[in-house]
Amino acid sequence: MDDCGSPVLRRLLEALPDAVEETHARLGDATARVGRSRIVEVLQLLRDDPELEFEMLTDLTAVDYLGEEPRFEVVYHLYSVAKNHRVRIKARVAEDAPEIESAVALWPSANWMEREVWDLYGIHFRNHPDLRRILLYEQFDGHPLRKDYPKEKRQPLVGPRN
Amino acid sequence: MSESNDPTTTRPRSLEERHSQRAVEYLRQGGDSFQTTRVDAVLNWGRKYSMFLYPFVTACCGMEFMSVAGPRYDIDRFGCALPRFSPRQSDLLMVVGTITQRQAPILKKVYDQMAEPKWVFAFGACVCSGGPYNNYATLQGIDTIIPVDVYVPGCPPRPEAVLDGLMKLQARVQAERVPAGGRHRETDDLPLQVVEKPVA
Repeated sequence: MDDCGSPVLRRLLEALPDAVEETHARLGDATARVGRSRIVEVLQLLRDDPELEFEMLTDLTAVDYLGEEPRFEVVYHLYSVAKNHRVRIKARVAEDAPEIESAVALWPSANWMEREVWDLYGIHFRNHPDLRRILLYEQFDGHPLRKDYPKEKRQPLVGPRN
Repeated sequence: MSESNDPTTTRPRSLEERHSQRAVEYLRQGGDSFQTTRVDAVLNWGRKYSMFLYPFVTACCGMEFMSVAGPRYDIDRFGCALPRFSPRQSDLLMVVGTITQRQAPILKKVYDQMAEPKWVFAFGACVCSGGPYNNYATLQGIDTIIPVDVYVPGCPPRPEAVLDGLMKLQARVQAERVPAGGRHRETDDLPLQVVEKPVA
């Protein structure tokens, strides 16, 4: 697979060639799509390898590609303060089993971002210490950033005791 | 009725006659002028020019509200100046800015805490109807949870529109009947009810 001239992708492909499904570096952003089951392995390598040293998880989010299979994609944006380089890691997640391993053990900052993805997309993060809704409320039914969430759907108003 | 038919009675026949008798007595004692009116008219006149407003400001319309309240447009000229930041002391609820699903129960609580008589002013498109936001997060108009007296749409409304709305509200207040049991509107028949959050 092509490393697209990125030292980060080259190192990743060298260490875990079978985990990477696709790479590109469009607009200068090195990106690798990896297998869902290998995600922790890949992230662990990116964090701990002396050549990579991605000590910072800048963003963790998801995309709903309704109609494609697998439907969801979880996206990790990593940054290395020591090496001043970035990488984007993606993993596809199927609709019938929307779950992926949690990254909280690697970066504590993943905690709230994974809760947000669970809240709005309904993707379950295995081994997350406290996977609750973070923006919406417990009585909310559904995950509103899914493309098939009905726009007109109204939810109950839940408030403090009057 | 039997009294008024009795020619020997010394009491005046009607309310009007009693009033005019009192007026004559007042003039005889040295008074030089008087005016008759109804209790409703006096009460409402007092109410409409001494609105204490509660600014429930949640979003960008707040800037426009500050402009109306400031010296250039000066809502004080219309007797609606003093913002009270306690719902107990205010009688005009100014709802200014987008009301989200999470904010709506708080708005309902503030409304319920206000003493009668109270009025509600819907300031801006979001408050009137949800405005540009038709999604899972936004309340589609506050009239789904509390009664509204005057709607001023606009994104945001011009200060002139707000002043016009306020004058329309004052005309409405002036025309109100003051019932013996107080002025009260139920919110039970409105489309959305607040579900109580379970206490942890």
